[in-house]
Amino acid sequence: MRANELLLSGSDLSFSRGGQLLLDKVEIAIHRDEIITVIGPNGAGKTTLVRILLGLLKPSQGSVISELGLKIGYVPQRLQMDPVLPMSVERFLKTAGRFSAQAMREALLEVGADRVLDCPISEVSGGEFQRIMLARAILRKPDLLILDEPTQGVDLGGQAELYQLISRLRDRYHCGVLMVSHDLHLVMAASDSVLCLNQHVCCSGRPEAISQHPEYLRLIGDTVGPGLAVYSHEHDHSHDIHGNIHNLDESKEEEHG
Amino acid sequence: MDDFIWRALIAGLVVAAVAGPLGTFVVWRRMAYFGDSLSHSALLGIALGILTGVNTTLSLLLVCLGIAVLVVWMESRQRLSHDTLLGIFAHSSLSLGLVALSLIQGLRIDLMAYLFGDILAVTGTELYWIMAGGAGVLLVLLMIWRPLLALTVNEDLAQVEGVRVDLMRLLFMLLMALVVAVAIKLVGVLLITSLLIIPAAVARRFSRSPEQMALLAALAGGVSVIGGMWVSLQWDTPTGPSIVVVASLLFFMVNLGWGTHRVS
Repeated sequence: MRANELLLSGSDLSFSRGGQLLLDKVEIAIHRDEIITVIGPNGAGKTTLVRILLGLLKPSQGSVISELGLKIGYVPQRLQMDPVLPMSVERFLKTAGRFSAQAMREALLEVGADRVLDCPISEVSGGEFQRIMLARAILRKPDLLILDEPTQGVDLGGQAELYQLISRLRDRYHCGVLMVSHDLHLVMAASDSVLCLNQHVCCSGRPEAISQHPEYLRLIGDTVGPGLAVYSHEHDHSHDIHGNIHNLDESKEEEHG
Repeated sequence: MDDFIWRALIAGLVVAAVAGPLGTFVVWRRMAYFGDSLSHSALLGIALGILTGVNTTLSLLLVCLGIAVLVVWMESRQRLSHDTLLGIFAHSSLSLGLVALSLIQGLRIDLMAYLFGDILAVTGTELYWIMAGGAGVLLVLLMIWRPLLALTVNEDLAQVEGVRVDLMRLLFMLLMALVVAVAIKLVGVLLITSLLIIPAAVARRFSRSPEQMALLAALAGGVSVIGGMWVSLQWDTPTGPSIVVVASLLFFMVNLGWGTHRVS
């Protein structure tokens, strides 16, 4: 495992459907230990790009190169579990592979969702479900996490907490992270690199730089109004899944104990 | 009891044991109407088999699979919705089958037996085929259980995690076609889907895991077969529909009769 090794890259990626160009010559590279976030308006082609990178969709042009044997942990957008399928959270985790009971408990503990191990998966809340999806992804010991709108259906406080969790997972597992997101300010604070997409790559770089970039301001900045800069701050405490406040030292002990 | 009743009972229980677990996937994957399309096309398969002199079970399997592939292919190319397409396939293949059968010169077949089943007429040889087919389906289902379940949770996720999604879907369709071929003697082309979905629907209420639901569905199917045959012998009613009536009664008893308590 080399730090900063190139995990997955796409070059000159274009995709069109029904004569409509959805992606136009997109370049993207994801490295280990890096959190890269794709932002952009609705219909910008964010999910299309993710699906191409995952190999679920063939690009009309361009190519995707991944490191040999790259293991991807994927959290798709809006996954809904139908209650007609009786399945506990534990059984749900097992659909991703064979894991020991202890590995599953640890993974759930890691994401702060250990209390729902025996709950039916169709009855957990939106925030818990996203945490379970992250647990499912890390159980596979991935080199790369690909998360499509990981905070959907999660309230604002929960969103910040979830982004911190993603950062922590990156630090702990030394994986690369590719996220697609709508909540600009929260996500930009949690990213190393931002790629602003509107069919083509409008701009990309460090979040602080992007938030001042004229293309970004033209595309997105206007809609959120002036004066909103990147929300970058340090936390001296964290919230657990139920919104209770822990201070960070304590929660760290909890993680490793 | 007479031999023919024993043969019918064993054949029925084998079909129930197979249709239960497979039916849970039909329910989970919302494929009830797809099952209808497959089973209705079975009649066309039988007609084609008689016309060409090929073994009718083989031609039935081929036509079912052909229809399945055609549905999947047309779905990717059509603006029509899933259920519209399936409805067109179900009824056009059934009608085509009826028309084809009527055109065969000098053929005297019991159409009702194909439409609603005639389990009491099952022969010893047919029973062996049903047992072999049933065992084959169960074996394959057991082998692909985990990937198929992953696929049912989410196809994209399964593919990223290394499941061969297209192969699994094809195998699942093959299993459904086999079940249609096995169950046709029991309940006929018009009622096969009920044997897949009703026991699974009964089982859902008492299940906490996918595996439990599959086993309970097989059990509910078995109870329906025994009850239906008893009703049929007692009051001289058609056996296939009687089995389905008993299965439906089970469903309503479980879901309406006993309060609103739900095991999840």
